[in-house]
Amino acid sequence: MIDSRTDKVKISVRKLNFHYGNHQALFNNNLDIIANKVTAVIGPSGCGKSTHLRAYNRIFELYNDQRATGTISIDGTNILDKSVNVLELRRKIGMIFQKPTPFPMSVFDNVAYGLKLHFKVKRHELQERVEQALRGASLWEEVKDKLKKSGMALSGGQQQRLCIARAIAAKPEILLMDEPTSAIDPVGTLKVEELINELKQQFTIVIVTHNMQQAARISDNTAFFYEGVIIEYDETEKIFTNPKEKQTENYITGRFG
Amino acid sequence: MKRRGIALRKTVDFVVKLLSIFFVTITIALMGWIIYIVIGKGVDALSWTFFIEPTAPYGVPDGGIANAVLGTVLITLGAAVIGVPTGILGGIYLSEFGSKSRFGDFIRFAANVMMGMPSIIVGLFVYAMLVYTTKHFSGVAGSVALAIIMFPVVLRTTEDMLSMVPNSLRESALALGMPRWKSIFYIIFRSAKDGLITGVLLAIARVSGETAPLLFTALWSDDWPTHFFTEPTANLTVTISEYATNSPFDVMHARAWSAALLITVIILVLNISCRLLFGKKRHG
Repeated sequence: MIDSRTDKVKISVRKLNFHYGNHQALFNNNLDIIANKVTAVIGPSGCGKSTHLRAYNRIFELYNDQRATGTISIDGTNILDKSVNVLELRRKIGMIFQKPTPFPMSVFDNVAYGLKLHFKVKRHELQERVEQALRGASLWEEVKDKLKKSGMALSGGQQQRLCIARAIAAKPEILLMDEPTSAIDPVGTLKVEELINELKQQFTIVIVTHNMQQAARISDNTAFFYEGVIIEYDETEKIFTNPKEKQTENYITGRFG
Repeated sequence: MKRRGIALRKTVDFVVKLLSIFFVTITIALMGWIIYIVIGKGVDALSWTFFIEPTAPYGVPDGGIANAVLGTVLITLGAAVIGVPTGILGGIYLSEFGSKSRFGDFIRFAANVMMGMPSIIVGLFVYAMLVYTTKHFSGVAGSVALAIIMFPVVLRTTEDMLSMVPNSLRESALALGMPRWKSIFYIIFRSAKDGLITGVLLAIARVSGETAPLLFTALWSDDWPTHFFTEPTANLTVTISEYATNSPFDVMHARAWSAALLITVIILVLNISCRLLFGKKRHG
């Protein structure tokens, strides 16, 4: 069991509802994300996994017709509250997207940009910090000789790790990953998965995935979503070996989804 | 079910293809013809003095076109200074903030109407607003008129180019904690850079050939454009129109052809160079 009394809760979601215009996509989501664990969010396409994740850093606010109600408490602060500084919130929460999105600039600048956005760094220090972030994303060895090359020239898997390096350079506490390996090849996927395993020492990670094997491989806890409702949330092992809900069992055994 | 006849479909296909090729050929041939005539008639009066001397008054046999070239450059630059930043900022609004709002739709519609407005109307408008009220024609009035023509073109190209930037890039910039304005100017602009530059250059090329708006604003002059803000300012297009239609002298007709050749070359170079520089990359 996930016990929010003994485990440190990093993100606490209560009664989260989400609307796209008139269409409701999430219904009364309650979820406690445990610090320094990997939490997987699984479920069939269109069940609201990504929508749920995108509420955590309020990235949905880019679109006028999307709104979230309820509370999402991160370290005790309800981040859906308008008074929360969204720029600082997003520094604290890095996000990795389905398709790698390197900025149209060099590998070095991609990482340096995220760093300089939030910190005053001296020139020599910048070099160090960028290297540190690239090492943190297990990318340094592969790119140390092409730091001046465009970030868009890397392979898909490398681009994704570059995005992770860019995100961790801003010193976040939480990493949100929205199907981070669905657009990259198996070798790249493996490297990202290994990386996620290392990153959980420092970060609380929430990963949306449509790949159940991936969820089973890398996550500690798993939430199963269906039609905007959280059907079941438990330790990953329990979800995959002994689910309580019939719907969860049907999904993980491949009967639908 | 009966099969449709293959032979008929093939024939129709062939006819459509033939017609398309035919009309494309006509278009290209017309352009070639124009260039051929302009070159044929224009080279005669080309000489060293043509490029370095200012225009001479009626009846004076020598003289060049240099003041008009300089004037056109100044007027066009002035138009770009006014029209490009405003157009780009408007385009940012349409693409980044008002893309789905009613106000945005209204602006887009207004810009489309503006693009279709006859340029002579713009000239008249600026005449009434700037020339009539200040009691003098001026180069800057010409710039304002051309800027009004440029504005909707730059605005719509900016919007189109920015809309081509995938939303995932916007989201990843914002997700990093970047303020909206920074994500637009540093990330989205960088991604759309080639298209934006091309759009601006094409808009400049377009207005640099305008005549009607300048007739009412910059007018023309035989002097160097030293009083850009207060006096009629020499420019290529009005000089061509003046020499070609109002002058009885053959030497002036010849100079009009040469000026026409010059402006054609300038616009061709602008167009071709930006296609060469940026055309390929935009699709790659």
